[in-house]
Amino acid sequence: MIVEIGHIALIMALIVALVQATIPMIGAARGDGRLMAVASTAAGAQWVFIVIAFLSLMNAYVTSDFSVFNVASNSHSAKPMLYKIAGVWGNHEGSLVLWVLILATFGGAIVLFGGNLPPALRARVLSVQALIAVGFLSFSLFTSNPFERVFPAPLDGNGLNPLLQDPGLAFHPPFLYLGYVGFSVAFAFAIAALIEGRVDAAWARWVRPWTLIAWSFLTIGIALGSWWAYYELGWGGWWYWDPVENASFMPWLAGTALLHSAIVCEKRDALKAWTVLLAIVAFSLSLLGTFLVRSGVLTSVHAFATDPARGVFILGFLIFVVGGSLTLFAVRAPLLKAGGLFAPVSREGGIVLNNLLFSAAAATVLLGTLYPLFIDALGAGKVSVGPPYFNTVFIPLMAPLIVLAGIAPMLAWKRADLTGVIARIKIVAAVTVLVLLWSVYRAWGNAVFGAFGIGLSAWLASSVLFDWAVRIRLFRVSALDSLQRAIRIPRAAYGMSLAHFGVALLVAGVTASSAWRTEAIQVMRQGETISVAGFEFLFHGVVRAEGPNYTADRGHFTVTRAGGLVAELWPENRFYPVQQQPTTEAAIHTTWLADLYVVVGDPDGQGGWSTRVYYNPLVPWIWLGAMVMALGGAVSLSDRRHRVGAPNRRRRRLMAGEPAAEVAR
Amino acid sequence: MNSRRLFYLLPVIVFGVLCAFLLRGLSLDPSTVPTALADKQVPVFDLPPLDSQTKGLASSDLVGEVALVNVFASWCLPCRVEHPFLMELADNGAFALHGVNYKDKPEDARAWLDELGDPFLRIGADQDGRAGIDLGVYGVPETFVIDRAGRIRYKHVGPITQSDLEKYLLPLIRKLSR
Repeated sequence: MIVEIGHIALIMALIVALVQATIPMIGAARGDGRLMAVASTAAGAQWVFIVIAFLSLMNAYVTSDFSVFNVASNSHSAKPMLYKIAGVWGNHEGSLVLWVLILATFGGAIVLFGGNLPPALRARVLSVQALIAVGFLSFSLFTSNPFERVFPAPLDGNGLNPLLQDPGLAFHPPFLYLGYVGFSVAFAFAIAALIEGRVDAAWARWVRPWTLIAWSFLTIGIALGSWWAYYELGWGGWWYWDPVENASFMPWLAGTALLHSAIVCEKRDALKAWTVLLAIVAFSLSLLGTFLVRSGVLTSVHAFATDPARGVFILGFLIFVVGGSLTLFAVRAPLLKAGGLFAPVSREGGIVLNNLLFSAAAATVLLGTLYPLFIDALGAGKVSVGPPYFNTVFIPLMAPLIVLAGIAPMLAWKRADLTGVIARIKIVAAVTVLVLLWSVYRAWGNAVFGAFGIGLSAWLASSVLFDWAVRIRLFRVSALDSLQRAIRIPRAAYGMSLAHFGVALLVAGVTASSAWRTEAIQVMRQGETISVAGFEFLFHGVVRAEGPNYTADRGHFTVTRAGGLVAELWPENRFYPVQQQPTTEAAIHTTWLADLYVVVGDPDGQGGWSTRVYYNPLVPWIWLGAMVMALGGAVSLSDRRHRVGAPNRRRRRLMAGEPAAEVAR
Repeated sequence: MNSRRLFYLLPVIVFGVLCAFLLRGLSLDPSTVPTALADKQVPVFDLPPLDSQTKGLASSDLVGEVALVNVFASWCLPCRVEHPFLMELADNGAFALHGVNYKDKPEDARAWLDELGDPFLRIGADQDGRAGIDLGVYGVPETFVIDRAGRIRYKHVGPITQSDLEKYLLPLIRKLSR
């Protein structure tokens, strides 16, 4: 019964979304306030219906209702509760319901926080949002119905893929979708702006917080996925340039560009058409990702079970939404009033360069991801594009970006004094050179190029700290005065500093773990010791252990360094009988400067076990960096200027005599 | 139309080209790996039997009836997943199922077959992997479909699943058996 209520609720949501996609749009065109007001009510109703649908599906999972085909295919009664719940979105049909739930939640949030939007803009934004909802709701109902019954009901379910039975992965999809779907708001704003033919500073100010939210969530989502791959796949790597990883990375790259260009749009009333285009592209790449994951056009380790009918549907939707919006862009964008010109050496000049590099990066990832498809479609054979391509083209794009991120925040708007800035950052340059020399010395003969990555990281980190020190006039005025200045710096500026500092951490982690990783692969017997990077790993053998829905071969290692105990590690080799599938559970001890990573493999039949031991320097900084970046997004979001009605309040405070220079930041 | 306009048209043009490829991609299967030997005669090989309990496999054994040749090894985990399937396919009357034991120790392979069952009519032992090179084996398991004339008609890479069987293998075998 509850399942049928869920199904009906999903159908109702589709009907409401159809109303919301049309009536307010007509109202906005006619200037009819009553028709426009439908948008808010409909957005609320749509959210309620989808929540009902989602909860009924979740109920079916929690109670293990195997008369529901989706539950029977993807859940099992012996599964821990966390994975019963996470199982809702651990499959194609259920994840679509989560997708529309998040979409509707963003719609509701626009109603809730969009009180200061002009009514016509708000009506159009909600309308465009609903149009996307119509697409995904029909996709769900017509090709991927999660509420389909199966008769007779099987005694038990097939269970969730054991690789997905993991806390890190339980929360990876919701964050990823919050990011993907979050870009739909910026997209809706872009379409509304194109219809209205007007993009101004106010528009940019409304778009920015939504982009920030989406970007922060996507950052967390990608980081969680990469962290999961690191400890679950058992190879000690954290990024594989897999098509599905790239599918989440491309919107992130475009979104990061959008985040920056929207600032120029707001402060300088320039880059309008470009910002609108980026908003369209960021969400289009999210949709493209959905298509790639669910249509089966590319092979990937984590594509959903695929079905050509679904592929055709999403492609049709993709053509309608992306093709339609890009056509609208081609027709309407030339009408947008171009903003003022600006000097190449200026804050906005720096951001333009940032945008070029990020766009180029997104384009190279797109090309690399789709290249096998291009070649196959042209009948020229089968190829795969792997890390060598991506590393070769990606690193040369990222390196100048990081140099730029170290300098551009110190440039003034409009026209900056580059020589002045360079003269000011002597300390930053000195720190960079010192760190570079130190890491070249440490790394001598062993991947020296890694030292340059560490140098880049030092450059960015020290420039962020230096910039902050200059702003609060550290050591130039009294400590109390500096503290007061530190408090008065807007949160958005802190957000930027945090995000850039996070990038520096990430770069250091990426570089060190790629360049100086040590690994040892061998067969070990009980009582044997192996030495890796100065740590002694004593192997105590393997015992059989029982988990809730798996059996495991559990290895035991004692790690010591110079005689002192460092850690006890228990890597596992699990076997899930329901799916007849093994998984590897690496055991990891982190010192925050490095990870000790141990995996136990198969027995050799003569009392020995194959084992892999990795020493991964600075690898925790990758996720630490990503979290600091997301935190930067959150801090920036808490800036009062991003809040409802903020522009008015700000103007008042400005008149009350707040230092103008800081507001301009 | 001036050049400025053209610039604004660029995104939609690029997207159009992209869509053409995506549409084409829907009708392609990226997981099929082509074999250079497609529709060619099976390379000549003559593999000794695994042990006294089995018959060896030579390319001449593959002429006269439709055959499936499964390349397997006891050290290969996906083969273990695939094996119950092969057991179901054994003795079906429609085609012969042969095995090539690839880069394996005969005693390990024997223990494996004793544990899981032996679905094969003939098993050739390819200990040094020489026949594997001639056949163009990427990795195990791989399964070749060979027609009555001894030509390779299809190669499946990786373990055979129910959908692979229904989508590719059975229709082809039915066509070849006619």
